[in-house]
Amino acid sequence: MAGKVKWVTDIEKSVLINNFEKRGWIQVAENEDWNFYWMSVQTIRNVFSVETGYRLSDDQIVNHFPNHYELTRKDLMVKNIKRYRKELEKEGSPLAEKDENGKYIYLDFVPVTFMLPADYNLFVEEFRKNPSSTWIMKPCGKAQGKGIFLINKLSQIKKWSRDSKTSSFVSQSSKEAYVISLYINNPLLIGGKKFDLRLYVLVSTYRPLRCYMYKLGFCRFCTVKYTPSTSELDNMFVHLTNVAIQKHGDDYNHIHGGKWTVSNLRLYLESTRGKEVTNKLFDEIHWIIVQSLKAVAPVMNNDKHCFECYGYDIIIDDKLKPWLIEVNASPSLTSSTANDRILKYNLINDTLNIAVPNGEIPDCKWNKSPPKEVLGNYEVLYDEEMAQSDGTDRDLRGRPGQPTGVKGSRARDSGKPVLTTWK
Amino acid sequence: MRKAQGSWEKRILKSLNSMCTELNIPLAQKRPANEQKELLNKWNEMGTDEPDLSLFRPVYAPKDFLEVLMNLRNPNYENGEQPSFRNHLGLIQVPLKVKDIPELKEDFSELGLNIGQLGIDDSAQVPPEFFENEHVRVGQKVLAEQDSAAAQQYVRQGCPTALRADLWALILNISNQPEDILYYEQLKSNVIQHNLLVDSLIYKDVKLTASNDDYYFVFEDYLYQVLLCFSRDTSVLEHFTYSSATPPKSYIQGKLGMEEYAVFYPPNGVIPFHGFSMYVAPLCFLYHEPSKLYQIFREMYVRFFFRLHSISSHPSGIVSLCLLFETLLQTHLPQLFYHLREIGAQPLRISFKWMVRAFSGYLATDQLLLLWDRILGYNSLEILAVLAAAVFAFRAVNLMEVTSLAAAEAVLADLSTLKVMPLLQIFLFATVT
Repeated sequence: MAGKVKWVTDIEKSVLINNFEKRGWIQVAENEDWNFYWMSVQTIRNVFSVETGYRLSDDQIVNHFPNHYELTRKDLMVKNIKRYRKELEKEGSPLAEKDENGKYIYLDFVPVTFMLPADYNLFVEEFRKNPSSTWIMKPCGKAQGKGIFLINKLSQIKKWSRDSKTSSFVSQSSKEAYVISLYINNPLLIGGKKFDLRLYVLVSTYRPLRCYMYKLGFCRFCTVKYTPSTSELDNMFVHLTNVAIQKHGDDYNHIHGGKWTVSNLRLYLESTRGKEVTNKLFDEIHWIIVQSLKAVAPVMNNDKHCFECYGYDIIIDDKLKPWLIEVNASPSLTSSTANDRILKYNLINDTLNIAVPNGEIPDCKWNKSPPKEVLGNYEVLYDEEMAQSDGTDRDLRGRPGQPTGVKGSRARDSGKPVLTTWK
Repeated sequence: MRKAQGSWEKRILKSLNSMCTELNIPLAQKRPANEQKELLNKWNEMGTDEPDLSLFRPVYAPKDFLEVLMNLRNPNYENGEQPSFRNHLGLIQVPLKVKDIPELKEDFSELGLNIGQLGIDDSAQVPPEFFENEHVRVGQKVLAEQDSAAAQQYVRQGCPTALRADLWALILNISNQPEDILYYEQLKSNVIQHNLLVDSLIYKDVKLTASNDDYYFVFEDYLYQVLLCFSRDTSVLEHFTYSSATPPKSYIQGKLGMEEYAVFYPPNGVIPFHGFSMYVAPLCFLYHEPSKLYQIFREMYVRFFFRLHSISSHPSGIVSLCLLFETLLQTHLPQLFYHLREIGAQPLRISFKWMVRAFSGYLATDQLLLLWDRILGYNSLEILAVLAAAVFAFRAVNLMEVTSLAAAEAVLADLSTLKVMPLLQIFLFATVT
């Protein structure tokens, strides 16, 4: 039992390696005996693929769930959320309640999305209802803003039409699948610029669901002023907040990297919009993250050797409604500024403290309930086991905005006298 | 004092004029029509189209100003005492009256240990029923009654973030009436029509300071919109009636010395220095409507900030603040003061820039706003000197171990994690004197 943890990684990033080394862990090669493997998504695919039949032993843990793509591929995420909503509706759950326009009151947090080319006709129908709308095309399997473009005319996506005779696009292999979503053309602007939120969420188990939110998320600002003008639809510096894109802009600044802390955002919103709406916004953000995890929990392979740290991308519109844009399985560990490096180093540190208790050789059979002291900058977002107990140990008096505690009334329209809680 | 201020002003103006001659740019010039149109189009994003600023340099930086203050002497003052440890060992050698800790305790009594404060008693560990909820309730009542005097008293214990913008507007008497908005629009059209040399100085300053700041870079464009208008605002000239300073004058070309051809330059009489834009930046967290932001800033400037860069004997003037800082430190942390002086690290050399900027850009924004709450509440800048001393007291242990000015600067380089209210409270009320 006194051995040191043996680690392997495919991702050569200093924020990772420094954390392993500071724990006195020993680096080994992939084909040797290892206890902890920080894998890339390609590797996890191989490890758990049917062909290789890799079997992990009790003292081995990895940083991805085998079928994480149910959450992290854009098309599957939408599919799972749609399925989840329909199931809740069938059960008559109050969460699935709809308003007079047929929109879900509590579960409408993903912009209207279609898969292409499979749902092309459905998309056209929707598009024609609102022909002046803008839509965003995103390749399902890519990241960092690659291959994304905006359209406002059907002609711009002719080649995805299934009936198109000019379509050279025949194969429906998942590599070339796209999703098309209604573009949020009224994002909340600060200083006239568009931004999105990157939040880190750690999941240690899906059934029961136990997830943690990193308190130090950040906003990523575009360097160029936002305009919904159609003449600028091609200008990715206006529309896409990915640092990978923005850092090539003329005005990219290497000191702050166009990033703001979430606490700055909170201060700004509280000061200019008031505390209630700000608390409501952050509550909703927590809510949509938990709902997205619940949506995929039934289909996730809840392998006990796994944990995962996701990068959630959220956009806030000018009505202060948060929208889930996507979830990343391998959030970037590259540091664009000094502050960034510190943040990511601490993120990995806190993640390892939770996933590998005491930094000792893991036993994947442990109950995955770390003590409060090791959470660091994480706070419990949702703990299904605790929520299902009668909550005698929970502190219900938490400060507004903190996720553990009684949720504000969501029963406003259903006439129920009882406050809906996280339970 | 006035003489010193006068000669300082002459120096600044000379520097400005020589830059003007060197670069062959007029102090003021009407813009051609197409340039006007262009500027109007990009009024909201001036940050992205940077002109060539490489030849411009700030007219002066705080450390230049400090050199002037250090050399102030009162020729009437006969100090017959023998030089001794008890004499003032700091950089400021002007015998102005400054308060001591007992007097400060009385003045700042609302910051006492037994009184609830935002910045202390609203932390996550303290149940909100203890102080915060009631304080918020009182704040809402003050706003509902639109009672400016009550607001000023109220903010001494700090403003709830959601109420701060309105409370400050109430204290500063800013109501953003249609005529105020119209006035701002007029200033904006002045900017469009005429190009001033100081515009480039403003541009340069923003690019050097706020654009690189983690908190304020987002608001870069607002800063241009405020400061370019500010330079043209002749109503700012009114504050010179109660300032020791006089606005610089310039003469129409060829009419040097002829008073009928003299104009104030810039029109508002204020030549910006390095870091000037940082007076505006924190306000962007509170006000996102340009004309309101503008008015709040202007009022803050003519009530408070102008005292930080002019030479006067006013208790909130920078000279008094420096002396207050040095006296507090020398009296209550004599060992530290003496040590730093011995190693060539006069404390004022480090703290001067904090005070000149009212700590903007040095503290985290939420902390800065809590500090500025008290500036408004007590209608005095003395708290800046007290905080500066409190910071030194807080880092005293580390400072005692340094052996050079550079090392001392390093210990005090990063104030972004400091919590100002506990520091102030401990320094004023919990230190054995």
